[in-house]
Amino acid sequence: MKEKLIESIVENVLQGRRNKDDEGIEEDFAGEPGVAELVQEALDNGIDTNTILLEGLSQGMKLVGEKYETGEYFIPDMLTAAEAVEAGMNIMEPHLVGGDKNEGKGKVVMATVEKDLHDIGKNLVSIMLKGAGFTVVDLGIDVPAARIVEVAEEENAGLVGLSALLNTTMVNMGDVVKELEQKGLRGQVKVIIGGAPTSEDFAREIGADGYGKDAFAAIRVAEQLLQAKGES
Amino acid sequence: MSERGVIVDNPYERLSREQVELIDKTSLDLLENPGILCYHEESVSLLEKAGASVKATREGEHDAWWVRIPAKVVKKALETAPSIVTLGARNPENRVVLDAEGTRVHFGSGSETNYWLEVEPETYVSKQDGHERVFPVIKRNRGNVDYLCRSAHLAEQLENLDFFIRNINVQDEDITTENKDVNVFFASLNNITKPVIGGVADFNQLEKVVGMAEIIAGGKAELVKNPVVSFITSVIKSPLQVVAETAEKLIAIARLGLPVVISTSPQGGSTAPIDEMGMVAQVNAEALTGIVINQLANPGAPVIYGAVPVRARMDDLHDMYGVPEFCHYNMACAQMARYYKVPCYSTAGVGDAKVPGIQASVEKMFTFTAVPFAAPDLIHYAFGLLDKTQTFSPDQAILDNHQIGMAKFLQRESGVKAEEADRTKKMIEEVMNSPYRMYARYARKMLRRGQIFAGFPFEGDAEDQDQTLLMVNEKLKEIEGKEPQHLSEDICHRIFEKTPGLLPRLNPYSK
Repeated sequence: MKEKLIESIVENVLQGRRNKDDEGIEEDFAGEPGVAELVQEALDNGIDTNTILLEGLSQGMKLVGEKYETGEYFIPDMLTAAEAVEAGMNIMEPHLVGGDKNEGKGKVVMATVEKDLHDIGKNLVSIMLKGAGFTVVDLGIDVPAARIVEVAEEENAGLVGLSALLNTTMVNMGDVVKELEQKGLRGQVKVIIGGAPTSEDFAREIGADGYGKDAFAAIRVAEQLLQAKGES
Repeated sequence: MSERGVIVDNPYERLSREQVELIDKTSLDLLENPGILCYHEESVSLLEKAGASVKATREGEHDAWWVRIPAKVVKKALETAPSIVTLGARNPENRVVLDAEGTRVHFGSGSETNYWLEVEPETYVSKQDGHERVFPVIKRNRGNVDYLCRSAHLAEQLENLDFFIRNINVQDEDITTENKDVNVFFASLNNITKPVIGGVADFNQLEKVVGMAEIIAGGKAELVKNPVVSFITSVIKSPLQVVAETAEKLIAIARLGLPVVISTSPQGGSTAPIDEMGMVAQVNAEALTGIVINQLANPGAPVIYGAVPVRARMDDLHDMYGVPEFCHYNMACAQMARYYKVPCYSTAGVGDAKVPGIQASVEKMFTFTAVPFAAPDLIHYAFGLLDKTQTFSPDQAILDNHQIGMAKFLQRESGVKAEEADRTKKMIEEVMNSPYRMYARYARKMLRRGQIFAGFPFEGDAEDQDQTLLMVNEKLKEIEGKEPQHLSEDICHRIFEKTPGLLPRLNPYSK
């Protein structure tokens, strides 16, 4: 029973099915339980949250990642799977107690910087971070540096992720770094940037800690930065 | 029916109905006055018997006849010409069914190029930064029978190639006028299971080529049912002249009941008017002339309206393929063939450029995206042709295969349908009410169903160099490494026994 349920969660993450209303990809699954219903069923059957998370949701995402690496899966597959994981995490949320709540990979505040209204790249990274097990506080678009830093402090986030699509707005990323320095938070909060006009060089120039050339690179850099922070 | 090629949704009609009728009338008028100049006596007598008026003349050292063909003779031939023609294939699944009233377009190779381009990666050291870089080095070799075998084998693997026309002029020392045709057809048939179409250079070899095809098909009647070979006859020398030897082949093929393309290739600016009206009126009259002779020889014989109008370069009068007028001419001819309900053989994808590269891609993509929209049944010259039609590049053929894939996708049926409206509204409503408002999950479904075009497969990651040709060359090596699908040992044995002139080295089973 337990194995079968966990197996179904993995399969439905691969299918990208958040709930019973979603169709799968290989065949029409509509009407069958999706990740949300299966996680609920697993909880109802007394399966512990750690098992659901590690053997079900994370294992599904791991397989999706492997399929992406081999060229079988593409970005839409990764996003859809990440959405399914998120649906499962929402069901798990009230059942996570004490230390379990922090068992994710860390908390990230995401934002598109001030005067920039573009959100595809930022959303992509947010969804992928959630799917990879991070807790994400997404502030949306056109967010002033002061507000980003304020939320990072309130939420005790270890990482701030900044996005910009315009040459004219990417400079505002530097303001967030400066604001963190002024508030004396620079030691606690790492900064990662991304977006079409940005680069590794630009990240270095403004004093950011990392640069994600795409959503997958962003996940890897986020993991490294938060791991390094944890070790320091 | 044929599953190959692509059905063009709503073919583009460059000419209005009135313009089509105007061309038709002008062509028919031309066939009556000045009429055609025919060098083939049997064709003249067939035409005269059908109602044409004939006047003997001398053209240099040759007997010739001015023949005025009345419209009713042409109309009768068009009535007997079938609108559906099947091109057979060694593998029955690869058969191509041409339906003059349908809109399915098939792509194939063609031309007898004198040269084969070999690409070899070579490493260079930059004088500027001292770094090593790999560049494709191109060598031009004379065509030979081995290259023809390799071409047919490559053509077998290209998913967008539907029919094979020998694309290499074999210039080996042991190839002669007496054995060329049999070796060309055998090299083709022994390496590809798709329809093979070709011209016969020497009339005396026609019987041997047909004999070979009968062994493969399983007999004379079986060959008519599954014509694993079809023919091309360039029966017209533009303007409006019927060539004696080719007319003889045309009549013989008609009587065998095998499919034949009437191929006429006037050059706008030299052997035909350069303006669209003049060119189309003439090339149409020429194609009709071939159809009439074919149908008079054997009413109901499978025949294909082959118009290959090209434009002359103004600086040297060479052919020019990658220009707008070429598209105008060919699109109009496709409409004329449809009007007559005779399958159409057209042209796209020839590069005037000498080597693969930017110019070749521009010229090829230009005609790939224009001519097929007029929905001719066959598009030849579509793979690997460069330097007009002088050179074949197997690497370019792989690129063309991809470009044709793009063009086919472009010509697909539109997805705008009444039954999709509710699904569309539901999808957009769902996304508008979701946290990130992204359509990725819906794109995923189309991706899995093959409804999203995959993109350019030869995109390199170097930031200072175009790596396309190097990547294509890797792909070519992979394809060439695949085992050819040769004819069976028994069939090869029987063909070699009954076909004098075949080169023993072409027999894959010879010890």
